[in-house]
Amino acid sequence: MAGKEYRTITDVKGPLVFLNKTEPVAYGEIVSLRLSNGDIKNGQVLDTSDDMVVVQVFEGTAKVDRQAGVTFLGDVFKLPVSTDLVGRILDGAGRPRDGGPEIVADEKADIIGAAINPYSRQSPHDFIQTGISAIDCCTTLVRGQKLPIFSASGLPHNDIALQIARQAKLKDSDEEFIVVFCAMGITAEEYNFFRSDLERTGALENAVLFVNLADDPAVERIITPRLALTAAEYLAFEQDYHVLVIYTDMTNYCDALRQIGAAREEVPGRRGYPGYMYTDLAMLYERAGIVKGKKGSITQFPILTMPGDDITHPIPDLSGYITEGQIVISRELHQQGIYPPINVLPSLSRLMGSCIGEKTTRDDHKKVSDQMYAAYAQGRELRGLVAIVGEDALNERDKQLLDFSAIFEDRFLRQSRDEDRSIDETLNLCWELMSNIDTKYLVRLDEELIAKYHPENRA
Amino acid sequence: MSNEGQIYRISGPVVTAKGMSAAMYDVVRVGDEGLMGEVIEIHGDQSVIQVYEDTSGIRPGEPVLNTQETLSVALGPGLLTQIYDGIQRPLQTLEEQMGFFITRGVDADAFDMEKTWTFEPVASAGDEVSGGNVIGHVQETETIVHKIMVPPNVSGTIKSIESGDFNVTQTVATLEDGTEIQMMQKWPVRSPRPFQTKYAPDTPLITGMRILDFLFPLAKGGAAGIPGPFGSGKTVTQQSLAKYSDAQIVVYIGCGERGNEMTEVLDEFPHLIDPNTGKPLMNRTVMIANTSNMPVAAREASVYTGITIAEYFRDMGYDVALMADSTSRWAEAMREISSRLEEMPGEEGYPAYLSSRIAEFYERAGRVNTLSGEDGSVTAIGAVSPPGGDISEPVSQGTLRIVKVFWGLDAGLARQRHFPAINWLNSYSLYPPSLDQWYRDNIGQDFPEIRTAISGLLQIEAELQEIVQLVGSDALPVDQQLTLEVARMIREYFLQQNGFDPIDAYCDINLQYRMAKAVLTFQDAAKSAMGAGSALSDVVNVPARSALLRGRFEEGYIDRIDDMVKAMVDEIEATVEEN
Ligand SMILES: Nc1ncnc2c1ncn2[C@@H]1O[C@H](COP(=O)(O)OP(=O)(O)OP(=O)(O)O)[C@@H](O)[C@H]1O
Ligand SMILES: [Mg+2]
Repeated sequence: MAGKEYRTITDVKGPLVFLNKTEPVAYGEIVSLRLSNGDIKNGQVLDTSDDMVVVQVFEGTAKVDRQAGVTFLGDVFKLPVSTDLVGRILDGAGRPRDGGPEIVADEKADIIGAAINPYSRQSPHDFIQTGISAIDCCTTLVRGQKLPIFSASGLPHNDIALQIARQAKLKDSDEEFIVVFCAMGITAEEYNFFRSDLERTGALENAVLFVNLADDPAVERIITPRLALTAAEYLAFEQDYHVLVIYTDMTNYCDALRQIGAAREEVPGRRGYPGYMYTDLAMLYERAGIVKGKKGSITQFPILTMPGDDITHPIPDLSGYITEGQIVISRELHQQGIYPPINVLPSLSRLMGSCIGEKTTRDDHKKVSDQMYAAYAQGRELRGLVAIVGEDALNERDKQLLDFSAIFEDRFLRQSRDEDRSIDETLNLCWELMSNIDTKYLVRLDEELIAKYHPENRA
Repeated sequence: MSNEGQIYRISGPVVTAKGMSAAMYDVVRVGDEGLMGEVIEIHGDQSVIQVYEDTSGIRPGEPVLNTQETLSVALGPGLLTQIYDGIQRPLQTLEEQMGFFITRGVDADAFDMEKTWTFEPVASAGDEVSGGNVIGHVQETETIVHKIMVPPNVSGTIKSIESGDFNVTQTVATLEDGTEIQMMQKWPVRSPRPFQTKYAPDTPLITGMRILDFLFPLAKGGAAGIPGPFGSGKTVTQQSLAKYSDAQIVVYIGCGERGNEMTEVLDEFPHLIDPNTGKPLMNRTVMIANTSNMPVAAREASVYTGITIAEYFRDMGYDVALMADSTSRWAEAMREISSRLEEMPGEEGYPAYLSSRIAEFYERAGRVNTLSGEDGSVTAIGAVSPPGGDISEPVSQGTLRIVKVFWGLDAGLARQRHFPAINWLNSYSLYPPSLDQWYRDNIGQDFPEIRTAISGLLQIEAELQEIVQLVGSDALPVDQQLTLEVARMIREYFLQQNGFDPIDAYCDINLQYRMAKAVLTFQDAAKSAMGAGSALSDVVNVPARSALLRGRFEEGYIDRIDDMVKAMVDEIEATVEEN
């Protein structure tokens, strides 16, 4: 099918090229553009009819003129998949970026990805220990979950993501994750940070990197995560690996989506983002999970930066509507010098209930987590009151809760970048910190647990 | 023009065909793979088609074939316990045919056409029958008798009718004019099924959730909207309704939401016991799952598929409850298709007909006198997912204009882990006037008065809280401090109800009534003890009160609560003597 070159471009607009009078071209077909100066660009068909074809050009349309030659390659976008992917660094369109050879594979997978049949899914229920207390205790990660990090510019989300990638494991197991890392429009500096950390820890050998940097073509970002997820699906469902997909920054992805929408003169939705952004994001996030009868799994850690720290902005908002919870990074805690600055109050892991308890983590996990959360929430609220009425106006209980909120941040949240706390250590730490509050105020704990775990009752 | 044309244009899920004769809503087969689609617009000799499967790789020039049927669902024994996609393809069959990824171009019957069911006639030869009349019974699941009805537009005299084992396409009855009746019938999803008359609802749908049954009740045949930001509890609430409400049939539509949530229902329901029948919940349930990453056109169709199935069971005289999670995703599917059609957009890019589509959907709820003269109902409960949680947007507003019950979920309450996070100050139900008689007759003569007292206390609390914010609660007079304590008891003991608690997740309506009375009894006892000199803290802290509060997490609470209340009153009275 590939072969014939057309020179029938009529219009060029933003990242789009319009051309007419072609043989029938398939929807979604891959396109190659040859410019007058010999440069080659790639694109994909967004709209096709007998009279006109619309092509989205991944590298942008700089230098494209009406004389450019257009060849339709006869197929939709596919990624060659094989276990050779592991240990490789590819660019945002799937070409080697590490100087290594092309990926050879017998199999090529359509990058759009098909939906997993809900009937075939297996509910996630395996606890992943990240070694970060705030996450393990309060917003527990489950294997097969999609749990984004809601952050903002200038906050250490990358450190947290890397720490999770380094430390994540099943409790009492050494089974490791394969990391699929997908960079979309991040700076070279950020990328080098990720890369050297993965290199330093040896994780790079067990990782696949898809890299589109800030100065790489913006429109290419539309396909980068799809390539990454296609690789992840192959590794998880055909090669039995447990895959952890980290992609950053979703905000750049959404901006690329907006750019294409604008060029097509689509009716924009909120803040200029396309009306179909929910569906588009779901096509990525829903590619997490576990399938019955398959050994592997895909766990997703998308990172997004909230424009203006605003959680109601369409990017975090639509993400929150699709993912299974969120981990929210707080500028305030960061400014207080606390790492990791995770605000547990708006954070949530919706799958937590399915993976904690006696059989998986510990019998006290649920109640400890509820009590830590409640005490911290009340303590934080009292800070506002104290600012008005002064600390002396507080009764004994409130004083203890207020003090606890500071201890919570300083000792529970705060840990170093290479501190890997086991879930037992985390829960024991919780008990130790809660012992600063009179047991009569710890209403979410029951007597049995207090007898078993409270430091007073332990020799 | 013929039944067959060619593809002229493809733009995402919208395909334009040329040279094919078509009528609106005709089902067509698109391309070499025969993907299913539906005609949604006609321009001259061009038909615009929404395609229910992914269109990548399809080319102009490929054939399009008009089946000349309208988009319909198959109705008959075998519906219950199924899980379908938006166009009624069973997900289990899809898995068998194509593995765990849903690829395209696969046809699947809605249910097993070979399976035989035991048909027991309830009509006999010589009977005059017309559309909707029940002519026989099939025990479809342990709890549900599937009533076989004459299709709505058929009537005549029965010539013969047989009992025995048949599959759904075999003839079980023949009319004098030769019309053959099978157990399966078809109905176009976009047309409401007919009935005789619509009644005003007068019976509550009992949900087992205290805040709903007590403060904001929904009627059988009514409609409710549940708007709320992400993570506020729409899905947990809908799933609780699917588990515990006293409907006889439940249709649960996962419309553009998460795959794992449907899997959870599939895993859980076969093992959960319906508190109303004592049998597995799955027996009364039909599920539609068109998740967020499945084709949007099929998502658009999914709510119609669901409500048509609901109406069909209503026509048998059942009370059906339908949940749609989330109607916002349905509206977004309409928006996406509409923008591909380059229609003139209305508010926020939604098509101008958005609010009429929403209204038409909820209008298909109702309590009716069926064609066979029975009483049946469809209760519709739609989740709404407003961007940023702000309900001034078109889908929320379009919903609120038509539904009579608004259960407003609140991000603040969810963050405080007050569940269900339904805001008691801005939620409402317009049904109490029509339901109060039922509550008086069946639960307690003073039920409406107790409701008024409880919601009155919550209102007063809200006002007092504003003062407390400024001066602290210690500055209030003791009677107002007591009011705050009572209101707190309402919130923490009565309104809060963990959807995952093995005991408290479902609360019998009679128990709800006693719990509400327990709160008011506490208020009275405390008032008189404090009038006689007791301190508020002594009254609040009597041990029998904490026992009463904790009791709701234990089995058999309903048998003990009266004694526990009595013990509490005794102890409160005793605080007076200690003074
Ligand atoms: N009634 C409840 N009891 C206990 N927990 C609840 C209840 N309602 C909600 N939750 C908690 O809140 C979380 C989110 O609830 P849910 O999934 O129903 O939100 P949602 O409104 O459907 O969100 P989305 O719009 O993103 O789908 C649940 O995982 C659970 O932890
Ligand atoms: Mg939900």
